[in-house]
Amino acid sequence: MSHIKDVTGGTPIVLESLWKTYANFVAVSGIDLSVGAGRFCTVLGPSGSGKTTTLMMIAGFVAPTRGRILVSGRDIAALPPQKRNLGVVFQNYALFPHLTVFDNVAFPLIMRRVPQAEIAQRVERMLETVELAGLGGRYPRELSGGQQQRVALARALVFEPRVLLMDEPLGALDKKLRSSLQIELKALQRRLDVTVIYVTHDQEEALTMADQIVVMQGGRIEQNGTPEDLYDRPATAFVAGFMGDTNLVRGVVMAADKDGTLRIDHPTGRRIIARASGFQAGDHVAASLRPECLSIESPDGPEEPENAWDGRIAAVTYLGDAIRYHVAVGENRPTLAETLVVKAARRGTEHRRFSEGDAVRVRWSRSDARVLPPTRADARILPPMQAGGH
Amino acid sequence: MGSDVMGSDALLNPGLPVRVFAWIMLAFLMAPVLIIIPVSFSSAQYLSFPPPGFSLQWYERFLGNKDWLAAIWVSIQVATLSAVLTVIIATLAAIPLVRSDFSRKTLIYGLLLAPMIVPVIITAIALYFIFARIGMGGTVIAIAIGHTIVVMPIAVVVLSATLQGVDSRLENAAMSLGASRFQAFRRVTLPLIAPGIISAGLFAFLTSFDELVIPLFLGGPNAQTLAVRIWNSVMLEIEPTIAAVSTFLIALTVLIMVAANLLKKARRWA
Repeated sequence: MSHIKDVTGGTPIVLESLWKTYANFVAVSGIDLSVGAGRFCTVLGPSGSGKTTTLMMIAGFVAPTRGRILVSGRDIAALPPQKRNLGVVFQNYALFPHLTVFDNVAFPLIMRRVPQAEIAQRVERMLETVELAGLGGRYPRELSGGQQQRVALARALVFEPRVLLMDEPLGALDKKLRSSLQIELKALQRRLDVTVIYVTHDQEEALTMADQIVVMQGGRIEQNGTPEDLYDRPATAFVAGFMGDTNLVRGVVMAADKDGTLRIDHPTGRRIIARASGFQAGDHVAASLRPECLSIESPDGPEEPENAWDGRIAAVTYLGDAIRYHVAVGENRPTLAETLVVKAARRGTEHRRFSEGDAVRVRWSRSDARVLPPTRADARILPPMQAGGH
Repeated sequence: MGSDVMGSDALLNPGLPVRVFAWIMLAFLMAPVLIIIPVSFSSAQYLSFPPPGFSLQWYERFLGNKDWLAAIWVSIQVATLSAVLTVIIATLAAIPLVRSDFSRKTLIYGLLLAPMIVPVIITAIALYFIFARIGMGGTVIAIAIGHTIVVMPIAVVVLSATLQGVDSRLENAAMSLGASRFQAFRRVTLPLIAPGIISAGLFAFLTSFDELVIPLFLGGPNAQTLAVRIWNSVMLEIEPTIAAVSTFLIALTVLIMVAANLLKKARRWA
C-alpha cells in the first residue's frame, strides 16, 4: 500500500462551483479552481475574503452549501474529515499539548492501526526529515515556535497524504525564521511530491513558494495564475494593489482610440495616456503604476510632457538599496489618493538627490501604466438557489 | 493556580492594615478546626477546651461502633455514585453547551443551573415524593441522585469553563489525522479536560459527604449517611465523639485536596 503511494505522489484537486452561504452572508460564492498534481497553490487574500472557509471546506470542517470537491477525480464533499486522508497544518499548529512530539507525530498512524514497530520507524524517519531527530520525547510547550511548526508539518505528512492543506502556518513566526522555513517547506514539498494548498495573507510568502497563486476577495477568485502573471499582469486593481506595492490611480476613461490608446482623467485634472484593450469612454478604471517603474527628475521645461506629473516631495524614505519618495501631486494638502510613491534604485554611492519640499516631476512610459477594472468582487451575486431570499 | 497570576507591587506587598485584616479573617475561618481537633483527642468525658489530657477514646468509640462504620460506608457509596453520575452528566452537557450552537441553548443552560437557586429542601421534598411513589425511597441510589441534582450546576459551570479552555481546533486536527469524533474526544479532549473532571468529581464527592438535607429525606434505616448519623447523634447529646467524627471529615477533605494537587503537579505538559 505505502509503496504505491510513494510512486503516485501528489494528486490533482478540483473545486467546482463551490458555495458557502450563511443566513445573511456569502462566505464563498461559487468558486472554480483546479490545482495540478504536485503543485504548490497559494490562496491569497485579505481577512474575510473566504480563503480560510474554502480551505476548511476542502478539509471537511465546513460543509459546502453546494458544489463539488474532487481529489483524484473523486468527489469528497460529503465525506467526514477523518475519511478524506488529507494532511492539514493549522494556524498555531494545533499540536496536542498532552502528548510528546513522538506521540503527536504517531497519532495519525495509530488511528490507521499501523503496527507498532512500523510506527516507530516512520515517526523517526519523519522527524529526521523535518530536522527534529532526538526531540521526540519533548512536549510541545518545550519547543520553540519554529520547532512546533515542524512537528505540525511532520504530523500532517507522516501518513503520506497526497494533499497537504496549510492555513497560514508561518503566521506566528518572526520574519527571518519565516523566510528560511518558506524555502525549506518548498523543498520538502518538491521532494515528497505532494499537492499543497496554502492559505496566507502575505503576498511575499505567496510569491516565494507558489507555482500557482489564487487571489480571493469577497468570496470570489479575483485572479488565478502564476506568480509572474499576477505580479506583471494583474487582472484587477485589487490584485495589483495586493501583489506588491503599487500606485493605483483611479480615473475615468475620457477617450478610447481604435488602436487601444486611452486617455484617462484623474480627479485632479491630470491625465494618463496608456494602452489597453476592452475599455470605452466613461469606464471607471484604475491605472497601476509600480513604484519601481516611475522615474523622478527636476521639473525642467515650461510644459508637462505626456505621462509626467509635477508635484512636491512629501517624504523621503531610505531603504538601503533604494530610495522611496512620496510625491504629493494634488492641488490641495497631500492625501493618500493624491500621492505617488516612487522607488528609485541607488546607483553606486549616489546619495538621495531630492529632499522634502523639493519640486519634482514624476514620469513613466505608456507601457508602464496598467489599466485595470477596479475589482471583480464589486459585482457580488447570490447563489442561484437562494437568490430569491435576499 | 495563582502562581502565574501577575500583579502590581502594591498588590503583592500589601500594607500593614491589610495584612492584619487578612490574618484575622484566616483565624476566624480556621478557629473551629483548631478547636475541634484537640478536643477530639481529649481525655475528658465531656466537651471541654482546652482538653485536660491526651486520649484516643473518642476515636475508639467512633471507629469501634458498627453504626458509625456503617454510616461511613453508606456515605462513601453515595458520594462515589454521585460523583460518577455528576461527572458523566456534566461532561455530556458541557460538550454541546460549549461546542455547538443550537436555538434553545440559553434555556437548557438555565435549566441545568436551576437547582442552584431552588432551596435544597424543596428538591429534597420533591424527590421524596417521586422516590416514594416508585418504591426507591430509603436507598443509596436515591440519595446519590439527589446529590447529583444539587451539585450539577457547579459541575456544569466548572466543566464548561474547562472545555472552553481547550482549543476546538485540536479536535479538528485529530479528525484530520484520521480520528473519528469519538476517538478525537477520547484521545485529545478527555485528557485535556481531565483536571476539570477531577475537580468536579472531588467537589461532588465532598459535597455529598457533607450534605444533610437530601439523605434526611431520602435515606432510611438502611441508608443512613454519616451526616445523618451526626445529626441524630447531636440531637440526643453532644459528646466528644462528634469532634472525632469532624476531625475524620476534615482529614478526609485535606487528604483529597492534597492528592488532587499532587496529581496536577505530576503533569509535565501543562
